[in-house]
Amino acid sequence: MKKFAWFVTLMLAFVLVLSACGPAPTEAPAVTEAPAEPTEAPATEAPTEAPAATEAPAAEPFRVAVVMPSAINDLAFSQSMYDALVRVQEEMGAENFEFVYSENMFVVDDAAAAIRDYASQGFNLVIGHGSQYGSSLQEIAPDFPETSFAWGTTVDTFGLPNVFAYEAASQQGGYVNGVLAATLSESNVVGVVGPIETGDAKLYVDGFKAGVTATNPDIQVNVNYIGSFSDVALASEAATTHISAGADVLTGTAQMVVGAIGKAEESNVLWFGTQSNQTSLAPSIVVASQVYHWEGILNEMISLIQSGTLGGQSFAADLANGGEVIEFNPDYALPEEAMTLAETTIAGIKDGSITITLP
Amino acid sequence: MISDLFSVTVLIGILASGIRLATPYLYAAIGETFGQRSGVLNLGVEGQMLLGAFAAFYVALTTGNLWLGVLTAMFVGAVMGLAMAYVTVNLHAEQGISGIGFFLFGLGMSDLLFQKLLGTVETVKGFPKIYIAGLSDIPGIGEIFFSQNVLVYGAYLLVPIAWFILNKTTLGLKIRSVGENPDAADSLGVSVARIRYFTIILGGTLSGIAGASLSIALLNVFQQNMTSGLGFIAVALVYFGAWRPAGVLGGALLFSMVNSLQLWIQVKGVEIPSDIAVMMPYVLTILVLVATVSRVRAPSALTKPFEREN
Repeated sequence: MKKFAWFVTLMLAFVLVLSACGPAPTEAPAVTEAPAEPTEAPATEAPTEAPAATEAPAAEPFRVAVVMPSAINDLAFSQSMYDALVRVQEEMGAENFEFVYSENMFVVDDAAAAIRDYASQGFNLVIGHGSQYGSSLQEIAPDFPETSFAWGTTVDTFGLPNVFAYEAASQQGGYVNGVLAATLSESNVVGVVGPIETGDAKLYVDGFKAGVTATNPDIQVNVNYIGSFSDVALASEAATTHISAGADVLTGTAQMVVGAIGKAEESNVLWFGTQSNQTSLAPSIVVASQVYHWEGILNEMISLIQSGTLGGQSFAADLANGGEVIEFNPDYALPEEAMTLAETTIAGIKDGSITITLP
Repeated sequence: MISDLFSVTVLIGILASGIRLATPYLYAAIGETFGQRSGVLNLGVEGQMLLGAFAAFYVALTTGNLWLGVLTAMFVGAVMGLAMAYVTVNLHAEQGISGIGFFLFGLGMSDLLFQKLLGTVETVKGFPKIYIAGLSDIPGIGEIFFSQNVLVYGAYLLVPIAWFILNKTTLGLKIRSVGENPDAADSLGVSVARIRYFTIILGGTLSGIAGASLSIALLNVFQQNMTSGLGFIAVALVYFGAWRPAGVLGGALLFSMVNSLQLWIQVKGVEIPSDIAVMMPYVLTILVLVATVSRVRAPSALTKPFEREN
């Protein structure tokens, strides 16, 4: 038993070392990071490592805490929120806006603990950036009536006065990507690598299919949901399967698609990204990415909170309000007609002349 | 459209990707087989794979030398194995719990190093497919068996080597006796501690290669938690394969082939929900396990720390 206690001490020492050398906030000045090690409750560490919060000047800065399912640099869902927070901070100034985050909170129980911790530390806004955190927020929010909560992607505020909901109309960018994919495909087969058939992944895939079919009904869209947000190896094999089945244009959504992009590049097959700009992964084959710009929604929430409304509303990021932007890869030589088509499609979705019918 | 499934393209596709998908399982599960045959359950495989994957990726990215990447992954895995061996053999720690500890350490450490040293997902040029004159040109067979990269071949070569070591050498006899009856082995002058150190470090080394096979041979990227449970499935495959290398090979191939079959089922538009398709490899594995496992017995000393009686 003594030996076992020794071992436990050893492991605790490991964990301590880990948290002690947690990443320094070099990217953005006032960002402080809760360690990603899942064995500890990350949120409780955040305030002790956040000197900025205690040295705040007389005018209180607006403080946001966010819990994310994957890493802030996943080139996908979590990164889109992190980048948006950084942009809001650049806009408002580091002295007026502070944010902390807990990333890799794939265990919902840990996330719930972090959310409760952040709420009790008096953050103005606590965001659960993932639809899996909804039931936790529903339970926690009534205990902190002075704190504003937000979660996404969803439209459900549970009828609570201090919960905001946000979602992305990802079918819109999916549709634009689909129109372009149909235009660029020569084999008339395109492939989609999806995670789990739900939420904004399903919206994106359905929008993509609608875009392809509207442009060229003869094109076959093969869809593959691999049942995981993290299995890079299976995503890669899914891409290989699509290519063997004749696809010459691929797309996919969620953070595990980095495996699929690699296979697309290897076989020189075109790729359309979503959530974040994925050009850097394979500059020769990425045509365009739909990028979420949550800062518009964040700004709206912040001004509502500052004027006393703590929740009860839901927001949707779409092409028209700038919450979604199609970012083209400047290194990919997109034919002029295709570019024009993309632009008219985007304009059509914005002004409502193109409606996307989802199944 | 189920008839679409029965075509040569699909068959070749399933076999070729099944063979690729099985590669990391093979390295990790063969390594784990050695450990378990000597009586040590190592649940830290996933953590060793993650650190190996990162080490290989980082070294390959910065030096451009893929073999140096593999060597680093082996070294990192071996060091993790050494620590695991110390904790389980010298400190007599509960093997399951300490394995989980090492998994969490590998998960957190690989993530931390990734954040510190890379900061974003990048790609590297990994091991190319090997072209074998003659063999690679055979229609079908060539695409399935002879157009893979060197780490894929290594994984399959490992199976007969492991079988030979375990069953035909004195070392293998010592490993098995330490796993079945450590007291008897000890009384015959076999050092239980030394054998277990050897198998756990070997297991760690192979897990390191398993990680490298993902990050610089099959996928050529590194992402946090990229193994996503592969290491735990590898441990399960050892039970599935009844602690025999050939059984592990069978299990790894079955699981991987069914996984690639379900990918094709969806691509070919067979009308079953994706959730059901995704479950197939797991359900089938459990069914086969139920049907076969009652006939085999685990090494008697598995998970039991050895303490010499005075």
